[in-house]
Amino acid sequence: MTESHTPLRSTCASSAISSRSTAPQPDPLVSVSGLAKSFGDHEVLRSIDFEVAPGSVTVLVGPSGSGKTTVLRSLNALEVADAGVVRIGDVEVDFAQRPLTRREVATLRAQSGMVFQSHHLFPHLTVLENVTAGPVLARRRDRSESEAEAHELLRLVGLDEKAGAYPYQLSGGQQQRVGIARALAIRPQLMLFDEPTSALDPELVGEVLVVMKDLAAQGWTMVVVTHEIRFAQQVADQVLFMDGGVVVERGTPDEVLTRPRTERARQFLHRILDPLD
Amino acid sequence: MNEQTTQLILDALGPLLRATVTTTIPLTIISFVLGLVLALGVALMRLSSVRAVSSVARVYVSLVRGTPLLLQLFIIYYGLPALGVRFDPFPAAVLAFTLNVGGYAAEVIRSAILSVPKGQWEAASTVGMGYVTTLRRVVLPQAARTAIPPLSNTLISLVKDTSLASTIQVTELLRVAQEAAAPTYQFFALYGVAAVYYWVVCLVLSAVQSRLEERQNRYVSA
Repeated sequence: MTESHTPLRSTCASSAISSRSTAPQPDPLVSVSGLAKSFGDHEVLRSIDFEVAPGSVTVLVGPSGSGKTTVLRSLNALEVADAGVVRIGDVEVDFAQRPLTRREVATLRAQSGMVFQSHHLFPHLTVLENVTAGPVLARRRDRSESEAEAHELLRLVGLDEKAGAYPYQLSGGQQQRVGIARALAIRPQLMLFDEPTSALDPELVGEVLVVMKDLAAQGWTMVVVTHEIRFAQQVADQVLFMDGGVVVERGTPDEVLTRPRTERARQFLHRILDPLD
Repeated sequence: MNEQTTQLILDALGPLLRATVTTTIPLTIISFVLGLVLALGVALMRLSSVRAVSSVARVYVSLVRGTPLLLQLFIIYYGLPALGVRFDPFPAAVLAFTLNVGGYAAEVIRSAILSVPKGQWEAASTVGMGYVTTLRRVVLPQAARTAIPPLSNTLISLVKDTSLASTIQVTELLRVAQEAAAPTYQFFALYGVAAVYYWVVCLVLSAVQSRLEERQNRYVSA
């Protein structure tokens, strides 16, 4: 239903639906409708709608200031939108109902794991303690069980041998991979990535993207804000191109990234793919 | 230095040490610990988004910092009895110093909490921590790193400020020195001994501060 409410590019939206409707559609894990937010006179988001199917990867691309990070941060209420409804699984938050209670925010936030652009690892805790922070410190689960699970997650991101290190002893790419393990440790329904490679040295980007690709292959539902167009092309099921607080184009990576319909999307992609041109 | 003065100093070493250990140090430690607890509460109140709550904290800090400590001591010991509230000297001193430390340390703790990046609060929240857990497990341990040097300053000042308690009958180090010096007029010798004692206590505290700072630095690169 949100697809048909898309204010712009209805042709594009309907083609996205038809290309998928060959397979039986499961209920979406995430539904966002009418998400809007302003800072003073500046409209950051104007009525954003989209859905995320379970096990799928949605990539948000667009110029900085287009609102993609605000959309992502609305999914766990780190950003409180002025209006709009976010539903994840059977947890629904209506941002128009202000103020949100602490419990509402916490319940929504518990549905997703978040990976930040600048990792925000806890610097005073070891790698293992960072990963068990959610289960042990917040949820008060059994420590030894959580540690066993944490070691498994660290193996998944290829860093179990660093379990006893402090974050400052790791490279940027390793820090970001620990951030991924920490987010996975709360056993979320979906994973959110906010420009996870933008703060990294170029040669460290790959190791993070590889881990994310593995997660996608394992069937994790993911929403990713990124400028890594090749990652989006290879991994995304759905790409949303945002500009000026609206979703300008949406569809498969091929539709949005290879054959964009709008001039704005073409220009943006051209600029990041051939910056010298 | 003549023999008589030497003897006087030697005789005073014991009583002055006793006053240091039984009164000056306990007065300092009790007031500082209670003051820190108070300061944490006041700092959190000042950071509250509820206007009324932060205003109360602001006024408290302003009063403590805007009036002389000696006057605060006098109001509690000599002034409050007029309102029917009477304290013995030692508890009166503890109360005055606690309130004083509470005001000064509140500002230190508040700025230390603010020095922890907002991303730490966000990250803690996304792994499921509430306000209290975040504060206890994430923010305060990091704030401690920033707060230790200025709080050590507060503590070291407090050691010396406890000498003000001599004016309200607390038999702490300075008062014992005064009492020993008065009949003999050997002020220089006895106040000198008292000064050395204060200094040694402060030296020990400075050493403890260095140790704490080193410990705090274990998780940041050199």
